[in-house]
Amino acid sequence: MPHHLAWAIFLLPLGSFVIISFIIRPFFTRWPQWAGYTTIASIGIGLIFSVWTLIDVFNNGPLYVPPVDWVVIEGAVTIHLGLLVDQLTAVMLVVVTLVSLMVQVYSQGYMHGDGGYCRYFAFMSLFTASMLGLVLADNLLFLYVFWEGVGLCSYLLIGFWFHKPEAAQAAKKAFIVTRLGDFGFLAAILLIFFQTRNLTGAGTFDILFLHEHATELAKIGFLGASVATWAALGVFSGAVGKSAQFPLHTWLPDAMEGPTPVSALIHAATMVAAGVFLVARLFPLFEASEQAMLAVATIGAFTAIFAASMGLVMNDIKRVLAYSTISQLGYMMLGLGVFGYAAAMFHLFNHAFFKALLFLGAGSANHATGTFDMRQMGGLRKAMPWTFATYLIASISIAGIWPFAGFWSKDEILAHALEHQPALFVLALITVFMTAFYMFRTVFMTFGGEYRGGAGGEHSKPHLHESPAVMVVPMVVLAVLSVGSGWFNFVEGGFPHFLEGAHGEPASFFFTVLAHPWPWVSLLMGIAGILLAYAMYSAKWVTPERMGQLFAPFYKLFSRKYWFDELYEQVFVVRFLVNGLFWINQLFDTYIVDGLVNGVAEGTLVAGRGLRRLQTGQLQLYGFAIAVGVLFIAGAFYLFA
Amino acid sequence: MTIGLEHYLILSAVLFSIGLFGALAKRNAVVVLMCIEIMLNAVNIAMVGFSRFWGLLTGQVFAVFIMTVAAAEAAVGIAIIIAIYRSRQSVDVGEVDLMKW
Repeated sequence: MPHHLAWAIFLLPLGSFVIISFIIRPFFTRWPQWAGYTTIASIGIGLIFSVWTLIDVFNNGPLYVPPVDWVVIEGAVTIHLGLLVDQLTAVMLVVVTLVSLMVQVYSQGYMHGDGGYCRYFAFMSLFTASMLGLVLADNLLFLYVFWEGVGLCSYLLIGFWFHKPEAAQAAKKAFIVTRLGDFGFLAAILLIFFQTRNLTGAGTFDILFLHEHATELAKIGFLGASVATWAALGVFSGAVGKSAQFPLHTWLPDAMEGPTPVSALIHAATMVAAGVFLVARLFPLFEASEQAMLAVATIGAFTAIFAASMGLVMNDIKRVLAYSTISQLGYMMLGLGVFGYAAAMFHLFNHAFFKALLFLGAGSANHATGTFDMRQMGGLRKAMPWTFATYLIASISIAGIWPFAGFWSKDEILAHALEHQPALFVLALITVFMTAFYMFRTVFMTFGGEYRGGAGGEHSKPHLHESPAVMVVPMVVLAVLSVGSGWFNFVEGGFPHFLEGAHGEPASFFFTVLAHPWPWVSLLMGIAGILLAYAMYSAKWVTPERMGQLFAPFYKLFSRKYWFDELYEQVFVVRFLVNGLFWINQLFDTYIVDGLVNGVAEGTLVAGRGLRRLQTGQLQLYGFAIAVGVLFIAGAFYLFA
Repeated sequence: MTIGLEHYLILSAVLFSIGLFGALAKRNAVVVLMCIEIMLNAVNIAMVGFSRFWGLLTGQVFAVFIMTVAAAEAAVGIAIIIAIYRSRQSVDVGEVDLMKW
């Protein structure tokens, strides 16, 4: 495959962004649908090239793309714009372009008639371009540019309906919270640059260089640990922000204020997975540091169960899905932390499809009912059969039921966790149960029972209808992938074999996995979760209210989100920042900075008031002063020269 | 005792000091003007003395120039003093302090 096509994958959506922003939006306002067509065409071609790349990499190994010099300072630094097209990139390319294409098609229906139609597709194109740039970048600096690029697009799209104050607030929150993590990432990039300069004479941002020299970095001590540890932890802090891991998880649920296809693409399938991708991309660096791996595994496992617990009690369907996303990303982090590199990426791959589908399903339900509150939905099964079927498939998949996609990747992560961190394995196993429960809770509350009126008005029962084909078809495509994407594990030695070359274990046969005891345990946990959801929300053997009373303290803890929003807003922002740091800064500004400026002015005035007394107007006095001065100079001259 | 350069210079310095004292201390503007003339002429004596000592005429030429300037200065100075006297009925330099703060 010609390497120019790899550039084209990234440049096409960028071109689409430029065309929409500078041509379609100003000059073709009467035909906004062309913005959608342009986006779909560019990403569609990108998908074809991505699949081609994947097949090529599958057959011939990593594709070499000659780098282009960008900044060259002799003997100090050489930064090049290059693409790194290896197995990991190829997989990510397909995930990003495929989900993006489905979401763009779906958006044609969902965003129909919205005033910001052109703007929406311009941002979506820009996002896709940034995300593709992120996965293709071959050096950290280049990657960081796109890392911030996707953050920017996330901000723009969460705040797409910026006239809603909540949306504007949520956008701001997402931007600021992720920025906290990015600070660590930037510090890690600089640390790597300066430490590799000691190693080779010229600093580098090159990712492949890091792959080869990670063990050497692990031998250099730095601030009580090794360089590799600090660099890995810094990179991980960026990943924690982007992937909404504990303790920077608070932005993702609020990010649901954006349009639903945006949530599906950015806040479920791709951008939030960029954190996981980043850790995977620099995996040798993490492997070189035991502490970093432990941190990744612990944060991941804790986030998985922590977020799942909040997902149990939310009533807004998108928020349940948001917590589910955080939880699943925690799973992937756990997978990486227990050396399950391929397992984690496999889960990312599968998760992208079924989670995007779940969001699209939620959007479809919202399209009909006008609300995201599940308490007002119900009974959509009959009115929206396609949405119901696809949503159900995705739910089964995420719950990890054999033989759907989620089962395979989740099980591999569990297997790795059992091998390396048995304590975290238990947490993950409990999370399986919770995942199955909250997903089927949404299924029964949204699609089961009788319709509860939605937002009322035009959304009342007789008007319920299935979404248009342009929305249903992408959902069906994703549903097929949600069932089948796990089976990629059985192609030619499977996913691990593909990603890790010779290191991967040979793939087990389709049914052999059922011959082992642990898959049965996780499967039973999932089924138990589904049964509990059925018992509470469909059969009503135990009412949710009764359960809420039984576990009142937990219910309160979960539904108030462990008071993390309050902790951050009241304690950190108000107490610590506004009343603490900012207050001190203000004092400094008022009394020191302003004091200095005003003091200089005041001093000049006072000095002038005193000095002008010397101007007596008496010429003889001046003459006397001159005479004394001359005498003084003459005396000095006589004495010293 | 032969009269040498030192004598001229000492005379010049004494005259200059007298003139300087008068110019700075006297209240009458006319006296101040006269004292300035004394200072100028003290300089003339020094110049002529040096001129003789070095055997060059430059000093004497400058002395002539200074005399010319002194004459012009006296004319302008007296004119100003007369103008001040007409407006203020006084030639006391202490009272002329228009350039005060």
